[in-house]
Amino acid sequence: MRDINPTRHAALAALARDPLTVGVPTEAQPDIAEQFVNWRWFIDRDGIGWALLDKPGSSVNTLSETVLSELDSLLGLMERVAPKGLAIRSLKPSGFIAGAEIREFADMTDEQIIDERIGKGLQVLDRLEQLPFPSVTLIHGFCLGGGLELALAASFRIATREARLGFPEVMLGLHPGLGGTWRSLRIADPIAAMTMMVGGSPLSADRARRAGLVDAVTEERHFATALRQAVDGKVKKNRVVNLASRAAAFAPARSAMAHRMRSEAEKKARPEHYPAPYAMIELFRDYYGNWSAMRREETRSFAHLMVGETSRNLVRCFFLREKLKSYAKGLEHGISRLHVVGAGVMGGDIAAVAALRGFIVTLEDREPRLIAPAIGRANQLFERRIRNEGDRRAALDRLMPDPAGSGLATADLVIEAVPERVDIKAEVFARCEAAMRPDAILATNTSSLLLETLMSGLKRPERFCGVHFFNPVPQMPLVEMVEHDGLDHSVRGRVLSFINALDKLPLPVKSRPGFLVNRVLTPYLMEAFLAYSEGVKPEVIDQAAVDFGMAMGPLELADTVGLDVALHVAESLKGALPGAFPEIPDWFRKLVAEGKLGKKTGQGIYQWKDGKPVKQRPPGQPDVDLQDRLILPLVNAAVECWREKIVEDADAVDAGLVFGAGFPPFRGGPIHYAKTRGVGDVLHTLRQLQTRYGERFGASLGWEALMPQ
Amino acid sequence: MNGGEHSPGRPVFIVDGARTPFIKAQNKPGPFTPVDLAVQAGRPLLARQPFDRRHFDEVILGCVNVHPDEVNPGRVAGLRLDLGIEVPGWTVQRNCASGLQSIDCGFRAIGQGLADLVLAGGTEALSHSPLFFSSEAAAWFGSLTSARTTAKKLRLLAEFKPTYFKPSIGLVRGLTDPVVKLNMGQTAEVLAHRFNISREEMDAYALESHRRLAKAQAEGHIEELVPMIDRKGTLFDRDDGVRPESSMADLAKLRPVFEPPFGKVTAGNSSQITDGASWVILASEAAVERFKLTPLARIVDTNWAALDPSVMGLGPVLSMVPMIRRNGLNRGDIGAFELNEAFAAQVLACERALDDGQFCRDILGLDEPFGAIPMDILNVDGGAISLGHPVGASGNRITLHLIHVMRRRKARRGVATACIGGGMGGAALLELM
Repeated sequence: MRDINPTRHAALAALARDPLTVGVPTEAQPDIAEQFVNWRWFIDRDGIGWALLDKPGSSVNTLSETVLSELDSLLGLMERVAPKGLAIRSLKPSGFIAGAEIREFADMTDEQIIDERIGKGLQVLDRLEQLPFPSVTLIHGFCLGGGLELALAASFRIATREARLGFPEVMLGLHPGLGGTWRSLRIADPIAAMTMMVGGSPLSADRARRAGLVDAVTEERHFATALRQAVDGKVKKNRVVNLASRAAAFAPARSAMAHRMRSEAEKKARPEHYPAPYAMIELFRDYYGNWSAMRREETRSFAHLMVGETSRNLVRCFFLREKLKSYAKGLEHGISRLHVVGAGVMGGDIAAVAALRGFIVTLEDREPRLIAPAIGRANQLFERRIRNEGDRRAALDRLMPDPAGSGLATADLVIEAVPERVDIKAEVFARCEAAMRPDAILATNTSSLLLETLMSGLKRPERFCGVHFFNPVPQMPLVEMVEHDGLDHSVRGRVLSFINALDKLPLPVKSRPGFLVNRVLTPYLMEAFLAYSEGVKPEVIDQAAVDFGMAMGPLELADTVGLDVALHVAESLKGALPGAFPEIPDWFRKLVAEGKLGKKTGQGIYQWKDGKPVKQRPPGQPDVDLQDRLILPLVNAAVECWREKIVEDADAVDAGLVFGAGFPPFRGGPIHYAKTRGVGDVLHTLRQLQTRYGERFGASLGWEALMPQ
Repeated sequence: MNGGEHSPGRPVFIVDGARTPFIKAQNKPGPFTPVDLAVQAGRPLLARQPFDRRHFDEVILGCVNVHPDEVNPGRVAGLRLDLGIEVPGWTVQRNCASGLQSIDCGFRAIGQGLADLVLAGGTEALSHSPLFFSSEAAAWFGSLTSARTTAKKLRLLAEFKPTYFKPSIGLVRGLTDPVVKLNMGQTAEVLAHRFNISREEMDAYALESHRRLAKAQAEGHIEELVPMIDRKGTLFDRDDGVRPESSMADLAKLRPVFEPPFGKVTAGNSSQITDGASWVILASEAAVERFKLTPLARIVDTNWAALDPSVMGLGPVLSMVPMIRRNGLNRGDIGAFELNEAFAAQVLACERALDDGQFCRDILGLDEPFGAIPMDILNVDGGAISLGHPVGASGNRITLHLIHVMRRRKARRGVATACIGGGMGGAALLELM
């Protein structure tokens, strides 16, 4: 039989990978001693200068102030040396440049100062643009935000096929601020460029080239040739002049286009909550073609957005996301094979997401018939998320239906996702532990059962924890990692790292009823149910929450999650936390008993058609009182969870609710919202609600510690 | 038992095997390509083995209709089954016995000490058989692509003939012998005439095949089957060609399909056009010991024989009898037979030949008739008439299923054999462990 030699195999596999192309330095370098922290430079044998960006201590390059000021000096140096051309690329395997260094402008509150700092950055990019010889950016991986702005200032952009270019600034409540607006609109298809800037999604290298943002797309192994040809003037500068760009020269046409863009944007983000897309559309409408004016207005608009509350809170959410990712920092999961028991909506989707992310997955259920729909859903997910048909097929190959449970013997991690019953789960755990490797990890997706209850029959409780995913799994970023006292520390780290590897955000939580998200959401949901019992129309209730900024109204959310699931969670929490929320109404139990479970059965609180609820037109005026009645129980529960230290700190609470429950990111999380609104005002309102509606609105003791000193 | 110089070398064991359900080809390409099928069967088989799959010395896959996107399907299957980049893979084609040929190649390699662990299978997706444009039409398309000027293109368009739109069906061409110019069904008609087999006898055999398969399905005797799920989430968990409710009257209504109007071979008493895949794992003693495997059967011997293509259906007789005899055995020593049911007429012709004194004397060199195989030990769970005949896979399926029959019946020895389009037969002799 064949011997398995990991070293030889790794060497064979490495043959197939193209290393990053970097010119060969010439023997005699210019007699200039200047060295930089972030940049490495030299002149190569063809007389072409190289500027290689490699930020120390980071796996990605970002465009920090230091990077820009060093670039300024480096450009000055190159001006003196006067090579044939300048190649700019990143030495990070992960990609070119991921964007600006967000940390640097997180605390800026003075528009004037922002204006000045941007001005400095613009000058550096101007200098790049005005070099007396061609500059060529060699782009691999992601080239986003400030990185794309730098590339746009260069003469040429050459990208690998896998590169992705974009302007994600809108996700932070901004738009490009370093010349990205006018530099991209000047040369590209305006529709493609605006879609990028307003929507925030990156383009593949090929689509970027078709849009006019990239001059050539090729394999890494041809970069040296492409560079030389660009420097020699043999590569055509790609500029898209099409119907859209010609029409956009006329103000009336531009107005019409802007109007279309606005309507599209309004479907996803309301102007009063998210001003950035609309500011970008106005820049386009008012200044397209007048590039010097757009340059000026870009800075003004950017600075104005940056000091606004939305952007500040979205930046805060960015850091909350980084906080959650940091729970997995430096940890290796060491997992290649995952076994999932339970091919229902949750288990099937967990398996699909894992296969999408490269894990080899075996998906078990009692019969093949129960696994089949999960494969169909996985295929739909792969069709949406994977461009290349070969890669899609490979993902499907990685997801094996496993009614026999053969995957248990070789799995590194086993996730249980069977119905929420202790006896069923206990039987599954016993069977799994008997067949699993002793060093493998066992995890449960339970949403309402405590680990302590589930652990009682286990042989290796130290290798057991909870991984609570949210529905729908492919869309919801948060995963609560439920821990207990006896959890092995390295197992904990591996599971956090695994969650990260799924491109999800891990949140360690204590094993308490409802963990964090369900605990905080349930009072909000039950209050909505009570309002419904009182005769308030469901559309009105949902509208109040959406007006506040929730992604989805509470009744639609309950229908989406499944009324049976919602009932189960509510019942288990009612027992553990009496008085925290109103009684479970009879109509709710009745609907569940009748099998009207919401979206999955086509009828719940709403009737569902084609995956959407059938709703009457809601009223125009936002109902602030109803909003408070719904949202403040959520906020109150959040504070209670903070007090009980269910998670590490207040930021962790906010992160959980933003990423796991659709709490509006532009408000920064429930506890941050309360602080912004004013703790005193919140408490006052709670007291009023308590008087009007009952004890359940009693303020958590945790509020005391939040009062400003 | 000693096969002499025909079975040199080390003992070779079959330690496990699995196959997909066999699904009837509809009028359009099915949901699985040949390698898709091989992966659907191979994944669960490999997942339940106690050894790292990268230890395989090689993977060999029988396949006749290779899909153009999967050239050398053996290698493609090996890569998609995650055997790793270092396990070589190749493809074999001996028409209807390709799936047995892969086993034979693995058997001989291990026997000679060149390998210890081989994954040998067969696959076919007849529903993906290509449609062929005539050479004339293909040449026209080629000219159109290379035409540079508009004038030239217009001239070519004027030369277009409507008959260019009529492709020929690859399947029909593939099933026609190019030397004797008879399609497979016609060779069955030749044998029916030669051995005096009536339409009723063929239909009765076909009915029995369906009855046996239905019973085997009901009683869970198709143990080697692993279910498969396509991209739409459709589950395939049984061989769907079976017609348990068929009657002689139903079969009698069918018209002869290969030589109308007077022929006797119909779609009902022929094997079905089907998609499916099957694998077995072959292991040496060393591999069995190292990985603590449980051998199910030992391959004692294999044999290939050739005869006139127009009577290819007698291939099983010509290949299995000498093999059995040279191992010092007779018909009575074999407890179970799998003889691929290409056509009812063809199976019955083999039976008649085995009982025919003159045939056995002149062609097999026997003093006495070998003896027809008793029906109660022949194709006991049905066969290709009810199950379907994915050409590249059948040879592998019958070998694998034979093992399960032998285990169930505690038959010490078994023979799997198939006729081969082109005028051949292949056979394997197994011993139960």
